[in-house]
Amino acid sequence: MPVTFTVNGAARTVDVPADMPLLWVLRDVLNLTGSKFGCGIGQCGACTVHLDGTPVRSCQMPAAALQGQKITTIEGLSPDGTHALQKAWEELDVPQCGYCQAGQLMSAAALLAKTPKPTDAQIDAAMNGNLCRCATYTRIREGIHRAAGTVRTTTEAGGTR
Amino acid sequence: MALDTVVARREFLRVTGLVGGGLLLGTWLDFGTNGVLDAAEVPDAAAEFMPNAFIRIAPDGAITIMAKNPEVGQGIKTMLPMLIAEELDVSWESIRIEQAMSEPAKYGTQVAGGSTATPTNWEPLRRAGAAGRQMLVNAAAAAWGVPAAECTTAAGVVSHRASNRQMTYGQLATSAAALTAPDLATVTLKNPKDFTIIGRPIGGVDNHKVVTGAPLFGIDVTVPGMLHATFVKCPVFGGVATAANLDELRTLPGVKNAFIVEPGGTALNGLLSGVAILADTFWAAKSARARLKVTWNDGATASQSSAAFSAKAKELHAQAPQRSLRSAGDVTAAFASAAKTVEATYEYPFIAHATLEPQNCTAHFRDDAVEIWAPTQNPQSGRVLVAKTLGIAEKDVAIHIMRSGGGFGRRLNNDYMVEAAMLSKIAGVPVKMLWTREDDIQHDFYRPAGFHKLKGAVDASGALVAWQNHFVSFSNNGTDFVPSANMDGQEFPTLAVPNFSIGVSTMPLGVPTGYLRAPGSNALAYVMESFIDELAHAAKKDPLQFRLDLLASLPAEAPRGTVVAARMKGVLELVAAKAGWGTRRLPKGTGIGIATYFSHRGYFAEVVEASVSKAGVVKVDTVWVAGDVGSQIINPSGAINQVQGSVIDGLGEALLQEITIVGGRTTQSNFNDFPLIRLTQTPRIEVHFRTTEYPPTGMGEPALPPVVPALCNAIFAATGKRIRSLPLSKHDLRWA
Repeated sequence: MPVTFTVNGAARTVDVPADMPLLWVLRDVLNLTGSKFGCGIGQCGACTVHLDGTPVRSCQMPAAALQGQKITTIEGLSPDGTHALQKAWEELDVPQCGYCQAGQLMSAAALLAKTPKPTDAQIDAAMNGNLCRCATYTRIREGIHRAAGTVRTTTEAGGTR
Repeated sequence: MALDTVVARREFLRVTGLVGGGLLLGTWLDFGTNGVLDAAEVPDAAAEFMPNAFIRIAPDGAITIMAKNPEVGQGIKTMLPMLIAEELDVSWESIRIEQAMSEPAKYGTQVAGGSTATPTNWEPLRRAGAAGRQMLVNAAAAAWGVPAAECTTAAGVVSHRASNRQMTYGQLATSAAALTAPDLATVTLKNPKDFTIIGRPIGGVDNHKVVTGAPLFGIDVTVPGMLHATFVKCPVFGGVATAANLDELRTLPGVKNAFIVEPGGTALNGLLSGVAILADTFWAAKSARARLKVTWNDGATASQSSAAFSAKAKELHAQAPQRSLRSAGDVTAAFASAAKTVEATYEYPFIAHATLEPQNCTAHFRDDAVEIWAPTQNPQSGRVLVAKTLGIAEKDVAIHIMRSGGGFGRRLNNDYMVEAAMLSKIAGVPVKMLWTREDDIQHDFYRPAGFHKLKGAVDASGALVAWQNHFVSFSNNGTDFVPSANMDGQEFPTLAVPNFSIGVSTMPLGVPTGYLRAPGSNALAYVMESFIDELAHAAKKDPLQFRLDLLASLPAEAPRGTVVAARMKGVLELVAAKAGWGTRRLPKGTGIGIATYFSHRGYFAEVVEASVSKAGVVKVDTVWVAGDVGSQIINPSGAINQVQGSVIDGLGEALLQEITIVGGRTTQSNFNDFPLIRLTQTPRIEVHFRTTEYPPTGMGEPALPPVVPALCNAIFAATGKRIRSLPLSKHDLRWA
């Protein structure tokens, strides 16, 4: 079925099966491979994109539900990779393998858009659906605090809370 | 461990490889393409180390450094070029890093495994950089008519202070290219105190691409004309497809081809039988798969199960071990005269790697050659497997090493690579094959389960006087363990005990096993360090002191590959000091545990503070880590990443993970039933390093093993319950 929706500010029309998840529309049809496939059942968050600013698992969103929607992917998080979170991620060297980080950043960006100064508890609530197999969680939390300009509550070598 | 043989070979080859390494340099100071000795000219060329493939300096000043090893999240694409850049004396910010293809004749061993990259490359890659620097200095000295010894370098510029002259490396590239390369064995290396790159926290070279979602991983590869494939293997390991509704599949939307693939042999890590479905998108292939009707010949493994392995282990434990691994003294007499004896049986389950990027590979077969884009930890073994299975020459297998979305040892096997290659060969088009998460969980090379019956005894002074272990593991011929299911008879603490006896019995296994981060160690540390803790309590000694006493009993000269007492003592004392061991007053339900382990040449000691709620829910509050990986932390940022990751990874294994075999197949299928640890379960982690005079060693693995027993020992301290099987999620830890 033909579907027209907006991706990163540009209108796109695709002709795909109604049940094809947005993730595969993005990856295999629109060649936007930043959003990642991890589980296909909404358990890992690697495919997270924004639907009108709300984080959604693109592996769970069928093409039939896309008509007229506004989608933002990691490729459109900022025009030049300078979103405060992207900068913080680079400054703190958050990624290890990096595979989950697009999803982590999209979840974190949605959190900061609604809650500019999140507490650790708010970070936990927003980020617990995003798995990181390399377990970069300590620096993910730090990166969100850094981007938000809030106090870091986790530390590395030799630090204290 | 098998990977150690790779290292031993490498260390030997380093010596031979450093001699010679002839150069013929063109317009570029290009150690790679213009005149590295041809493979045919070099004895044992397949393994020859040719450092000069690593540096390229263009006349316009562009400096490229090749990253030889597969990047799987361990930071090697950043760390190895740092070694070259340091000695080449360039500014880190000015260089470009390029991922090498799989070309062992040019780059030497290109493997991500066994935490081997640091110890095997630490000196050779610095020498490669230093050789480049020396040639540039010689070129400048010749141009100026001054002695080379009067020239200095910094940030890609050669200077002659006395005459106040300077030339950039780019300006010197062409003339340097005409010079004879120095003997690598004789080049001068920097004094470590002069390092400007090594020892500096440096972020991953691909971080910007990662955070902007640029194509980077194997799964992101696109080749013109390619089809997307799913490959359905028998749920029972080693089973064979005998029939399938291929004609119906071919009529489904988007499907371009469907066929049965014959097995490439009997090896579980080779090409297995299955049904391939090729379509214009992955979704179309996966949708068609839901309609697949296939007849499997399950084969012999269908009779195997985790429950049966446990029952058999119990039976074997009731008998004498089938064979002895090592023994000393007289354990029987020692047990008879001991003040106190403790017996316990420990077991741990199979677990999966679950790299977040599912296995995938893109292959284009044409004209009896294949080009491959693979997220792999061991491209060369993939080349050998593909060539053999497809019946083509190894030289006709070109492999692009793609960044891997996690490795953890899973991608040391190249099953997915040979599958993609065969699919492309059969279909006659480029094929991008992607596994589902269910494929990945159900067709892994699992960390093998294991069963240990232990007996230990202490004398009246509390000293460990006898140690006995009957290890039940897996073997299909009664002699060779299946991959990663082995144990060394010198496993700590045997050498510190006057009377010991280590025996083994095995049972057959049709389930594929393999190397999971800190293979062997990730399970053995749990068993040994938990039982040592039991014995410390039996001896009424502080668990830290009990370990320090054991270390004092080790032979002064440690046999190769065994614990060096001073190093283990060093990390134990450091972590104890940082954690305030013995000084903390903790509320009921909160406990602190300590453990230490030596693996992959690294020494780590860890203290875990954990609480257990009355309802039995475990929360890990803080982990203190002390590590000794030698004289230099090359990239502190990457090193801390690896420690944090290893610690949390180990906690996830201990708390949550188990693969259960029923009817010769894996029952778990995705993250709903094979959970990964999450952000809210992540403790505060403090990382401390102790530098010693030993050469630097790898960071990808050795921080993992001790956290598992440290956690279990903390839970014992909190609840009085000893954890003799994993995962913790299966234990009732309620207390009132």
